[in-house]
Amino acid sequence: MNARKTEAEYTWKDMEIGCIVTEPGSSQYYRTGDWRSQVPKYTFSRCIKCGVCALYCPEGCIGTNADGHFQADLFWCKGCGICARECPTGVISMADEEE
Amino acid sequence: MGKKVGMEVSLAIAEAAKMANTDVVAAYPITPQTHIVERLAELVANGELDAEYIPVESEHSAMSACLGAVATGARTFTATAGQGLELMHEVLYVASAMRLPVIMSVANRALSAPLNVWGDQSDLMAVRDTGWIQIICENGQDAYDNTLCAFRIGEDKRVLLPVMVHVDGFYLTHVIEPIEIPEQDKVNHFLPPFSYPLPLDPDKPLTMGAFAPPILFSEAKKAQEVNLRAAKPIILECWAEFAKIFGRQYKPIEQYRTEGAKILLLTLGSFGETAMAAVDKLRDAGQSVGLLKLRLWRPFPFEELRQTVSGAELLIVVDRALSFGGPGGPAFSEIRSALYSEKKRPRILGFVGGLGGRDLMVAEFEGMVKRALEMKPSGAEQEFEMYGVRE
Repeated sequence: MNARKTEAEYTWKDMEIGCIVTEPGSSQYYRTGDWRSQVPKYTFSRCIKCGVCALYCPEGCIGTNADGHFQADLFWCKGCGICARECPTGVISMADEEE
Repeated sequence: MGKKVGMEVSLAIAEAAKMANTDVVAAYPITPQTHIVERLAELVANGELDAEYIPVESEHSAMSACLGAVATGARTFTATAGQGLELMHEVLYVASAMRLPVIMSVANRALSAPLNVWGDQSDLMAVRDTGWIQIICENGQDAYDNTLCAFRIGEDKRVLLPVMVHVDGFYLTHVIEPIEIPEQDKVNHFLPPFSYPLPLDPDKPLTMGAFAPPILFSEAKKAQEVNLRAAKPIILECWAEFAKIFGRQYKPIEQYRTEGAKILLLTLGSFGETAMAAVDKLRDAGQSVGLLKLRLWRPFPFEELRQTVSGAELLIVVDRALSFGGPGGPAFSEIRSALYSEKKRPRILGFVGGLGGRDLMVAEFEGMVKRALEMKPSGAEQEFEMYGVRE
């Protein structure tokens, strides 16, 4: 990732014509994780690696970790809890975000 | 010299859009704009204009289709009036904020209720803050000329803003006037092809109309405000270039017999033609009366206003729209606000008249001057009157 301006560093003079975003895929730099009031907690011993949580995740932020278990990337995870509701083996529970 | 022909003003506006080589027209017919888009549909159907005509199901769709067309880099024209302008209202803000130069004629009409299709500037005033460049026309030649100018101004890379060209419904749209239609090559010389700097292109993907959270929204709006104000010198530059090529010079505020005038009338749109005749009569009778005609509504010509009223003692602003429960007619209250900081300013009085197609004739403009001279400077109720209402 190149050194890029954070939103707070943009002045009105930095705005592209009509606020057009010229860089494809730039939404990946947008930290939606700080919208979160709840955070997923995992009991990976129950995980059967089915990936249902990733299919249901509206943010598309669930991938596999080093052990092949499915896990949300907290940079983007908004804490909606859909994964916890859909997981067939009860791996995920939602806890209050304390960050 | 171009050919001077007798032509209905609506058809002249369509002719201007045709001679500008418009690529896309998306419009929905509504009185009193109908003849403009009917003529354009005909020109596309018979092959005289090589453009895409998108017949839409509403004005909201018309403006939305126009945004998409401009986003691909197409020169785009539409027209509407009254209720139609209101139906596309929310999309108007999108056009200006996204810097998409749609060019639009508005045949100014009253807003319901009661239902009324006639000339009135209530629709114009309701879209005041949409961020469009707004030019108000006085006669048919002006409408033809400024439709051409609108393309050049809006599409200028330093501007890239949508432009509304206002023409009074029926008073202008449905009258036949002698209009000079220039040669096509002169129009081509005046109006370079449109080239949008960041068009939609599958090979170079971009995001248009993304959302802006609170941390960016104010910066986006400041950029828009600075951009609209910065358009003024380019509008003046366009009118100077137009004068060089076609011999007619337009100004943000036109002056008529204002030399040494103690009393100034100020009108918007076709009222100006009638008011000129009234000024002639009053001048002949020895009264020191002149006329200002406000052509550029947005960006507002503050400097020109201050300059043109500086010698006057009384300024009478005539609005063709009402601001219910507000500080008088919309133009009146803006003009008064624009002059508030001046050390020496005329007394400013406002009349609202000519609503919903009510004619204001020469005698009425004379009457307004007479009435203004009678009005005592004694508080807000005395500063604004609806003119010609039966008691």
